[in-house]
Amino acid sequence: MRRIAFAGAVVAIGAFTLLPFLWFVSASWKSATEINSIPPVLWPSFHWDHYRAAIAEHGLLHYIANSVIVATATTLLSIAIAALAGFALARFRLPWGRFYLMLLLALSMFPQIAIAGPIWRLLNFLGWLNSYQGIVAAYIALSLPFAVWILATFFQELPYDIEEAALIDGCSRWQALRLVVLPLAAPGLFTAAILVFIHAWNEFFFALIILTYPARQTLPVGIALFPGEYTMPWGEIAAASTIATLPLVALTLIFQRRIVQGLSAGAVKG
Amino acid sequence: MKRYHEPVWQFLSPSLVVVGVFSLYPIFESFRLSFYRMILTLPWLGQKFVGWRNYADLISDPVALSSFTTSALFVAVTTPIEVLLGLGMALVLNESFRGRGWLRAVVLIPWAVPTVVASQMWRFIFNDRYGVFNYLLFGDATQFYWAPLAEPGLALMSIMIADVWKTSAFAALIILAGLQGIPHELYEAVNVDGASAWQKFRHITLPLIKPALLLALLFRTIDALKVFDLVFVMTQGGPADSTNVLQFYGYKKSFAEGMIGYGSAIAVAVFLVSLLLSLLYIRLLGAGLLRKERAA
Repeated sequence: MRRIAFAGAVVAIGAFTLLPFLWFVSASWKSATEINSIPPVLWPSFHWDHYRAAIAEHGLLHYIANSVIVATATTLLSIAIAALAGFALARFRLPWGRFYLMLLLALSMFPQIAIAGPIWRLLNFLGWLNSYQGIVAAYIALSLPFAVWILATFFQELPYDIEEAALIDGCSRWQALRLVVLPLAAPGLFTAAILVFIHAWNEFFFALIILTYPARQTLPVGIALFPGEYTMPWGEIAAASTIATLPLVALTLIFQRRIVQGLSAGAVKG
Repeated sequence: MKRYHEPVWQFLSPSLVVVGVFSLYPIFESFRLSFYRMILTLPWLGQKFVGWRNYADLISDPVALSSFTTSALFVAVTTPIEVLLGLGMALVLNESFRGRGWLRAVVLIPWAVPTVVASQMWRFIFNDRYGVFNYLLFGDATQFYWAPLAEPGLALMSIMIADVWKTSAFAALIILAGLQGIPHELYEAVNVDGASAWQKFRHITLPLIKPALLLALLFRTIDALKVFDLVFVMTQGGPADSTNVLQFYGYKKSFAEGMIGYGSAIAVAVFLVSLLLSLLYIRLLGAGLLRKERAA
């Protein structure tokens, strides 16, 4: 009896998380009549027309390229900057180090709207609206608190003796960081990088206000502003959504353990 | 620990610059702008200092007040549901059963899906003519079909459902981390005493995961206060402003209408509310950190 109830709970969780998503994905392979039909068509007839239309008519590849550029640049720069800061916070005795960490934590919680207007004006002043550097700069600022936290905690847990030996052997701090700490911290860097990448790939609010030219927009903006004249082109929206989500689902399924560790390290361990 | 020869600013300055220019300065600038009247896209028209006028307008603006209530309602309804669902999911995921690794990965999918995609997904499910939500409720009787996103009473509920789907998994992760920290010996000890499953949950599990539950609750509260993507895609704040949450209203004023001064006043109000919440959060988390340092 208990076992049946438990199995029921397992199935319910799987269905709750998976079914709505699979339903939407399946629409990307349905013909327009299949999408509109009542009762609903459960099994799609595997049309690829919506994918073709999304690419040919709506410039999907363009949005993908923008998303890849923005998310990759954000990840690389953010992790580089956060690794330096995390190293300093973990290995230097700083009287205000704890205050800085708390400040970062507070910043990561503020609503985006609290900084959106001034960021728009700043980027406008720099001529960086509708540019990769503009959106990437904003994204680094958004992801930095989280990345610094993860890396600072990760560096703190690394054993200090190898590093000390390297210093005694005449390494500089920079060499110690580059030759000893970073290789040891590779798993932590990788975890932080996945999380920053997913965040940058999914971010919508700043992309919406900073990127107003379709040529520069990322996937979330393209999907949110999908043009529909009289009826919504659900097949094409579903096709674009599937493509936008696929890399993330793949990353999540492959690196599930790492992601869970990273998220709970950021949240619980502190 | 050995002293360092290189000055620390070499390592810290890049992050300080980014945080200073793109996070701290904008917050102070938002405060400043909230005392001015100006048009965002027409800066050459100049800034006019208006003192507390924007705030006076804010308190007497019925749309702002209803926006505040909408946000509060959204937070009050979604966060308890998400934490409870997350607790249920975490309890299941903490047991050992065949396919657990698989289920743990699947549960993360809603978290990984871009919010914009989740929004379009739920918009499709809630469609008034062929949405599967209507089909599950009314079957073939299309004359009864609802338009959940076009009816003031239902639109907010629809967005809440979408939010619960998207974020319960995150609450589950935090709670699961708490569950995994409970030593097995505790359960083994009470097994000898013949405690029931409910007694074990009530007297061991619940007290020990209380910090994790609180964290999940606070995290979700702060995040729910920022809800924007779902509203933008699913309802654009409508119908009749019934889903016009604070972050969306601030966006609309500042960017759609260009009233950056008034928009900043809204932004400052939202900021102060989340500041209070995050101070509470930091107190909780800071307490944990201190414990850890003492233990080390």
